[in-house]
Amino acid sequence: MSKSRLNGFAVPVISVIFGLVLGAIVMLVSGYNPVEGYSAMLNGALGRSYNVGEVFRLASPLILTALGFSVAYTAGFFNIGLAGQALCGWLVSVSLAQSFPDMPRILLVTLCLVGGAVAGGLYAGIAGFLRAKFGTSEVIVTIMLNYTILYISNHMVRYVLTDNADATPIISENASLRVPFLQQLTGGSRLNAGIFIAIAAIIVIWILMKKTTAGFELRSVGINPFASQYAGMNANKNIVLAMVIAGALAGLGGVIEGLGTFQNIYVMAAVPEIGFDGMAVSLLGSGHPIGIFISAILFGILKVGGLSMPGAGIPKEVVEIVIASIIFFVGASYVISYLLGRFGKNAQKGEIK
Amino acid sequence: MLQFLVIVVSSTLVYSAPLIFTALGGTFSERSGVVNVGLEGIMVMGAFSACVFNLFTADLFGSMTPWIALLVGGGTGIVFSLLHALATINWRADHIVSGTVINLMAPGLAVFLTRLIFDDRGQTDIIQERFGKFSFPVLKDIPFIGDILFKGTSAPAYLAILVAVISYFVLFKTKFGLRLRAVGENPQAADTLGINVYRMKYAGVLISGFLGGIGGAVLVQSVSSQFSRSTITGQGFIAMAAMIFGKWNPLGALGAALFFGLAQSLGVIGPQIPGLENLPSVYWQVAPYVLTIIVLVLFIGTSQAPKAIGKTYIKSK
Repeated sequence: MSKSRLNGFAVPVISVIFGLVLGAIVMLVSGYNPVEGYSAMLNGALGRSYNVGEVFRLASPLILTALGFSVAYTAGFFNIGLAGQALCGWLVSVSLAQSFPDMPRILLVTLCLVGGAVAGGLYAGIAGFLRAKFGTSEVIVTIMLNYTILYISNHMVRYVLTDNADATPIISENASLRVPFLQQLTGGSRLNAGIFIAIAAIIVIWILMKKTTAGFELRSVGINPFASQYAGMNANKNIVLAMVIAGALAGLGGVIEGLGTFQNIYVMAAVPEIGFDGMAVSLLGSGHPIGIFISAILFGILKVGGLSMPGAGIPKEVVEIVIASIIFFVGASYVISYLLGRFGKNAQKGEIK
Repeated sequence: MLQFLVIVVSSTLVYSAPLIFTALGGTFSERSGVVNVGLEGIMVMGAFSACVFNLFTADLFGSMTPWIALLVGGGTGIVFSLLHALATINWRADHIVSGTVINLMAPGLAVFLTRLIFDDRGQTDIIQERFGKFSFPVLKDIPFIGDILFKGTSAPAYLAILVAVISYFVLFKTKFGLRLRAVGENPQAADTLGINVYRMKYAGVLISGFLGGIGGAVLVQSVSSQFSRSTITGQGFIAMAAMIFGKWNPLGALGAALFFGLAQSLGVIGPQIPGLENLPSVYWQVAPYVLTIIVLVLFIGTSQAPKAIGKTYIKSK
C-alpha cells in the first residue's frame, strides 16, 4: 500500500475520530453524558433491523448526490446546486408518476427514473452552459437555481399537482421503488430499490471516470483547462458534460426520495438536505466511489442514530456539529497530513481515483 | 401613488439592510484573497447571538437593546469567522470547503444552544425591543422626498449605507485598504514590500465576520423577531451574489444589495401593484434569482475577482 493511499484512508478516519471527540466535548461542556449520547445514537442506528434499513435508506440518495458533486469537482466545478437538481428530479418523477398511474410498472419506473435524471441533468446543464458560454460563476448560478426550483416546485405542488394541498397523494404502486423483500428484511423500514440504483451508479461512474476517454478528458479539464484545450479537447463541451452528469446523478437522488422514501412531493421550506449533505459525503470520501459509499453509510448512522438522542435527553443537533467538524478536519487535512509526517503534498483533491 | 412608493421604499430598505452589511463583509474577505462562502453561517450565528442577547437584556437597555445586540452579533461573527481564517490562512484548507463547513456548523450549533437555553425548544421567545420605524428629525419634513425616504423608515438600512460609504473609503483611499487589496491581488509582491500577508488576510476575514454577524443581527431584529432554524434562509448566499454582482466594490455591493432587497420585497408587495395583482405569486418569488442570473450573464465580465482569490498563500514559495 503506497504512502499516499495510506494517507487517503488515514485523513478521513482521523477526521471522523476528531469529529466524534469534539462532539463528546460539546456534550460534556453542555452538561450531557457523551457515553449516553453516543450509545443512544449507535443503538438508534444499528439496534434494530428497522434502523439499519433506515441507515441504508438515508445513504442511498446521498451516494448519488455525492457522486454528482465529485464528478463536477473533478472537472473543476463547485456544484453547490445539488439540492436544486435533486428537487428537480424529485418533482419531475413524481409528476410523471401522477400522470400515468396505470402504466405497467417496469415502464413507469423506467420513465420516472429517466425523466428525473434528465430533468436534474438539464437543470445543472444551465449552469454549465452559462459558465462555458459566458464565464458566469457556476457557484452563484447554481445557488440561484436552488431557490428558483424551490419556489417553482412549491407552486407546482400547490396549484398544479394538487388543488391547494401541501402534499401530493401517494404515488401508485406501479411507480414505487419500494420492494417488499427489502422491507421484510429490515422490519418494515423505508429501504427501497434506490440502494441498488446507488450501487450501480458507483460502478458506472467509476468506470466512466477511470476507464473511458470522456472521463479522462473531464479529469484533464479539471487539472488544467488550458493545457487540455491545447491538447485538442473541447473545454466548453466538457464543462457542460460534467455539469449534466452531476445534475443527472443528483436528479436520481431526488427520484429515490420521491418514489422510494416519501412516495410523494410536498411543499418545502428549503431545498432538500440531500444536496448539502451529499457535498459533505463527497468531501469526506475524497471523491472516491468506495469512499463515498462508506461515508454515506457513516452519515446514515449519524443522522438516523441522531434521531434517538433526544430519548437520552440530548438535542439531536449534536450530530450536525459532529458532521461539520468531521468535514472541517477533512478540509484542513494539511494539518493532519503534516502531523502524519508528510510535508507539502496535498492529499485531498477530491479526484476520482 | 405616494403611498405605494412609501411602502416600496421602506420595505426595500428593511430587506436590504442585512444584505448590505453581509455583502460588505464578503467584499473585505474576498479583497484579501479569501473566498467566503460561509457568510450564511456567519449570519446565522449573528442572528442567534443578537436574539438571545436582546431577549435577556431588553429590561436593562430598553430601546437601545437592538443596537447593542448588533455589536454582540458582530462579535460572535468575528469569533465564528476565526474558524474560517484559521482553516484557510494557516491550515491550507480549500476556501469553499471551509466555508461550507461554516454553513453546516452554524445552524446545528445555534439550534443546539437554543435548545439548551430555552428548555429544549428549537426556537427562541419573541423579542420585544426590535428595530421599529424611524423618522429623521429634520429631513422628514421635506415635502414628498421626506415622506418617501425619511419618514417611518429603517434606521439600520441608513447605517448600512453609511458603512458602505466608509468601506469604500477604507478600501480605496487608505493605506490599510491598499494593503488589503495588494494581498488579494499579488501576495508575493505584497510580502516582498514588507506587508504581513497573513495579518491582512486575517483582517479581511474577521471584518467579514463582524459585518456578517451584524447582518444576521439586523435581520432577526427587524424581520423575523425570533430565532429558529428558518430565520436565515439563503440571505448569506444572496449577499454573496450581491458582492459579486457589485464587482467586489463596496458601493457596487450596496447597489446590488438594494436591488435584491427590492426584488425580495416584491414577493411581499408585488400582489399590491395595480394591474399585476392577478399574477401568480411564484413569479414574484422566483424573480430575484432569475434576474440575478440574467444580470450576471449580461453585465459581469469574467475576470473581475481579485487575482489571488481562493489560493492559500504559503510564505516559503
